[in-house]
Amino acid sequence: MSDTTETEENEAPKIVLPDDTPVDLQKELRLSNVQEVLDQLDKELIGLKPVKTRIRETAALLLVDRVRNKMDLSASSPTLHMSFTGNPGTGKTTVALRMAEILHRLDYVRTGQLVTVTRDDLVGQYIGHTAPKTKDVIKKAMGGVLFIDEAYYLYKPENERDYGAESIEILLQVMENNRDDLVVVLAGYKDKMDTFFYSNPGMRSRIAHHIGFPDYSAEELMAIAKLMLAEQNYRLSEEAAKALFEYTKRRMTMIHFANARSVRNALDRARLRQANRLFNSAGKAVTKVDLMTIEAEDILASRVFQEGSLDLDGDEGADVEPVVES
Amino acid sequence: MMTNYGNRVTQGQFSFLPDLTDEEITAQIKYALDNKWAVNVEYSDDPHPRNTYWEMYGMPMFDMEDPAGILMEINECRKTFPNCYIRVMASDATRGTESVKMSYIVNRPSVEPGFNLVREERNSRSQGYTILPYACNKPEGERS
Ligand SMILES: Nc1ncnc2c1ncn2[C@@H]1O[C@H](COP(=O)(O)OP(=O)(O)OP(=O)(O)O)[C@@H](O)[C@H]1O
Ligand SMILES: [Mg+2]
Repeated sequence: MSDTTETEENEAPKIVLPDDTPVDLQKELRLSNVQEVLDQLDKELIGLKPVKTRIRETAALLLVDRVRNKMDLSASSPTLHMSFTGNPGTGKTTVALRMAEILHRLDYVRTGQLVTVTRDDLVGQYIGHTAPKTKDVIKKAMGGVLFIDEAYYLYKPENERDYGAESIEILLQVMENNRDDLVVVLAGYKDKMDTFFYSNPGMRSRIAHHIGFPDYSAEELMAIAKLMLAEQNYRLSEEAAKALFEYTKRRMTMIHFANARSVRNALDRARLRQANRLFNSAGKAVTKVDLMTIEAEDILASRVFQEGSLDLDGDEGADVEPVVES
Repeated sequence: MMTNYGNRVTQGQFSFLPDLTDEEITAQIKYALDNKWAVNVEYSDDPHPRNTYWEMYGMPMFDMEDPAGILMEINECRKTFPNCYIRVMASDATRGTESVKMSYIVNRPSVEPGFNLVREERNSRSQGYTILPYACNKPEGERS
């Protein structure tokens, strides 16, 4: 019964909006709540100009698409598979997480979940193991974003019978056929990704957005450090800020430099030394401010200053004396 | 007189309705997922009502967020066994066992030949009845 009324409604002559119908894009923007996420992105992520611009453009495209749909100007929904390339610690994983949220707010994906995988989650150990594994991952990620970190490990050209190729094939199929169900984001280091795309042209052509993550400048790294500390209720003394800036500049020229992650590690070590310093300053009363403040000496104790080098494992050195002696 | 035209097997939910469309199936899966039930896909070529345990097509799917992945599994099962019955089940683990909450057919063979009613003469003129699906007349493996 209800069917018939529906069809009747559908068959009623369509109201064709005149060409000069005004469009309130700002209202759409407000309705989608996406501005909030974009502002948050601006605030919580330092630098990353090209990335933010690209995300803004994508958001605009999806918003306009939505308005067009309302006016019956339908077009096929845009492909949003992406690749994030950049050096270690430049924020690829962090942005991928945000991406899922943004696409969800724009109604492009249904759930806003992010499923993060690497080769081991997709590729099996023996014949017949790979397809079910890859499909399982895809099934779980449906309706959201599938994030494949270090995607180039999927393809091992030196091994002809590597099962990675099988996984890529399934992914390619899904990226084409289930565009409305799943957004695939690949991430990795630039040169390796380029080789990967060169040998997998099918993958390259299915990805509409290739976004490069630039390295941070020393100033940006400082801003990131302050942000990270503020999140954990720490702060730098004036001297410590200077020391950290000096540290950052030196660290940037050394091997195994991992941008924001190196900063995070350095701060973790500074916290360690701060705790140790507080313990060893026996007798002096410790105040709340002391608990919050990182002093210059906590940073200057780093091996980067003392020897101008790192451990073999890229460790900046946490060579503090044990707190309790026995 | 034939009361069940086309011999449609009617078991599980919705089986007296026309076949569910993919959109309708998606809505049912969504209902199951919203209730945090695990969903699995099963198939069989034997429509006998006492044939309770069908073959599982892959593992039950836990922790799914979206119906699209399960619909994909259903479509793969359809492609592999186009001439089998395929049903979708949803099970609830809150009582400590996976108890079946939903079960509905999503695929049927193109022809459903129905059942043969066999009458058995017994002692003192009593009679026993049993049904045999025509679909199982041939040995397994030669059926579809
Ligand atoms: N622009 C930024 N602002 C604030 N914090 C950042 C920024 N970029 C990265 N970080 C922080 O740096 C750390 C490393 O970032 P992330 O894991 O996203 O890097 P990545 O590019 O994925 O590195 P890898 O390639 O090694 O996996 C995270 O803890 C993240 O919070
Ligand atoms: Mg990462």
